Amino acid sequence: MNLADAISAAERGERLPFRAAELLYRDADLLVLGQLAHAARFRHNPARMVTYAVDRNINYTNVCTSGCRFCAFWRPKRHSEAYVLDDEAMAAKLEETRRLGGTQVLFQGGLNPDLDLEWHEARIRLIRSFGLHLHGYSPPEIIFMARSFGLTIDEVLERLIRAGLGSIPGGGAEILVDRVRRQIAPGKATSAEWLEVMASAHRRGIRTTATMMFGHVETLEDRLIHLFRLRSLQDRTAGFTAFIPWPYQPGRDTIKARERGGTEYLRMLAVSRLTLDNFPHVQASWVTQGPDVGQVALFFGADDMGSTMIEENVVAAAGVSHRLNQAEMARLITEAGFQPRQRDTLYRLVEAN
Amino acid sequence: MKNLLNLDWGLEATLERVTDSDLRRVGRKMFAGERLDRSDGLVCLETDDVPGLGSLALAAKRARYGDRVFYVVNHHLNYTNTCVNACRFCAFHRPPGAADAYVLSPNEAANRIASSGVADLKEIHLVGGVNPALNFEYYLDLLRALKAVSPDITIKAFTAVEIHQIAIQAKLPAPECLAALNEAGLSAMTGGGAEVFSERVRQELFPNKIGADDWLAIHGTAHRLGIGSNATLLFGHIETRSERMDHLLRLRDQQDETGGFRAFIPLVFHAPNTGLSHIPRVGGVEILKTVATARLVLDNFPHIKAYWIMLGLKLAQTALHFGADDLEGTIVQEKITHEAGATTAAGLSRQDLEDLIRSAGFVPTERNTFHQAVEAA
Repeated sequence: MNLADAISAAERGERLPFRAAELLYRDADLLVLGQLAHAARFRHNPARMVTYAVDRNINYTNVCTSGCRFCAFWRPKRHSEAYVLDDEAMAAKLEETRRLGGTQVLFQGGLNPDLDLEWHEARIRLIRSFGLHLHGYSPPEIIFMARSFGLTIDEVLERLIRAGLGSIPGGGAEILVDRVRRQIAPGKATSAEWLEVMASAHRRGIRTTATMMFGHVETLEDRLIHLFRLRSLQDRTAGFTAFIPWPYQPGRDTIKARERGGTEYLRMLAVSRLTLDNFPHVQASWVTQGPDVGQVALFFGADDMGSTMIEENVVAAAGVSHRLNQAEMARLITEAGFQPRQRDTLYRLVEAN
Repeated sequence: MKNLLNLDWGLEATLERVTDSDLRRVGRKMFAGERLDRSDGLVCLETDDVPGLGSLALAAKRARYGDRVFYVVNHHLNYTNTCVNACRFCAFHRPPGAADAYVLSPNEAANRIASSGVADLKEIHLVGGVNPALNFEYYLDLLRALKAVSPDITIKAFTAVEIHQIAIQAKLPAPECLAALNEAGLSAMTGGGAEVFSERVRQELFPNKIGADDWLAIHGTAHRLGIGSNATLLFGHIETRSERMDHLLRLRDQQDETGGFRAFIPLVFHAPNTGLSHIPRVGGVEILKTVATARLVLDNFPHIKAYWIMLGLKLAQTALHFGADDLEGTIVQEKITHEAGATTAAGLSRQDLEDLIRSAGFVPTERNTFHQAVEAA
């Protein structure tokens, strides 16, 4: 197989073998990738429409025992900036989210051994009492609970779902290759565990997203293995709603890496759209790329702008801070030639109020 | 322009992948060596096939320079922020007598450059406000002092707006004034102050500044004296796509006549702290379309710059795939866009620029003001 074969395969919408994805990433012109991915986007989602959610991130704690070397957000337990959100602070955030037309909360936090399962269940019920969908607990948090409480993954999921968990975010995937995980996130769930949480959730009818954080110590082959692992799980469960790749944002005290440019992001995005032929949606990461490249990403395979993120803390901790309100989001999408539509976590359109 | 379709560059495949049939027609016309007209340009600005438009502009860029992308080791210097024009889109100017108004003496200006610590500096980009307190001698002394820092540094100085003002102070016709400045050390002119060549926009945003006819006449004069210059377009405020297109066509006509423009630089309007702070920033897609359209329409302009200060690094890098062939330079100390809320760095190292160009898939080429490649130091 050569590049021309890989381009033809992508043009015809065929399932890409590993070698084709590799050739496309390495050798195709950026704009050819854009054209192929944009066509693939319309095969999945023929409407000239770009969706987004209105939500807020709530990070319930920054105390974390994982010690990931790429993360600028976490604090050790006794650090002066360590926190666990109390109910009052959470209620204020939830009220504001509802007032701003939000439909969901992205609820994630560090691996904090002081929080028991009952604490989590009470927080879930609090969020649900505001009528908001709870998109929360990435696989590493669920694995951590299973380990800490001596439960199986299924038992933890069962409890959280019963309390009101609606869907699971695809965070903590980083790169689903254990050699890479040992280097950057030694204390975190393994790739098999991450995939197992998602498989269990999908079996229970809980939809999830999947992410990839690239541009640190991994190779191109690692990135592609990541995509192929996701594709094969999705073949079995069809529970992923969307894929969200973004480049690692080097912070002041985190692992050193060359900051990735806009073009490397767009290449990876386009190859993801082409490879993950069984994922309904691919999101643009305006939070890491800024609104300009976030908008351009709509021509490189993305059909969704993620969410407005009334609050975002994790990327901001690495010194990257972009802000978009709902009107700005709609304007960006319209200006790019698409119809903007608010959606909920499960990609159902929200009627304009 | 030659017919590129005879060359085996995969241009037919490029055309086939363009999904917008109007745009494909424009691309075929361009590759056949025909000049694009106003309606062709509007097809480019209005197309939904953004990657397709980019691929045509990239082909036009590659026909000129292959995979090379240029940059210059330069230093921006603003000798005064005092300006009587009070343009509504500007956050840099201060009225005469304002507490934070300043003028650099020729010595101070020279010291800034001498103490900047930039190795192998090739160019000073020198611009300022329209400040009636400065007489002709000041400008000549400023140029002489900067030239004295090092004979190897090229001084690219003043917008047409400043030249107009300096000529008034000097009580000289523009050609004599420019010749005197040239003699004192000015080797090239900057492209600023063009804004948008629309009288409607001028009346609304910059009524005190010279209009299109004067701006173009001064550049024409410089070109006839052998002084090369750049040209800009400030877009993303109240102008229409059609006005943007008119602007490009007037530049192309001027270039046909006098031929001294080296680069076209699309400038993205930054609203914060200006009199137009309510205007939202134009998005990345429109910026890339404007860059690509400029490459296709300005067939007689050698270079199209992606001015990273205004585009941001990620978008500037992307613009290299949309027809831009030049990233401007190290800059060191940008003030004008930063007063209007730019979040980019004020300067970049040579290494940063080369990394940006390489990671976008191109070959970095250091240049001087005249776009001659500089031998590696």
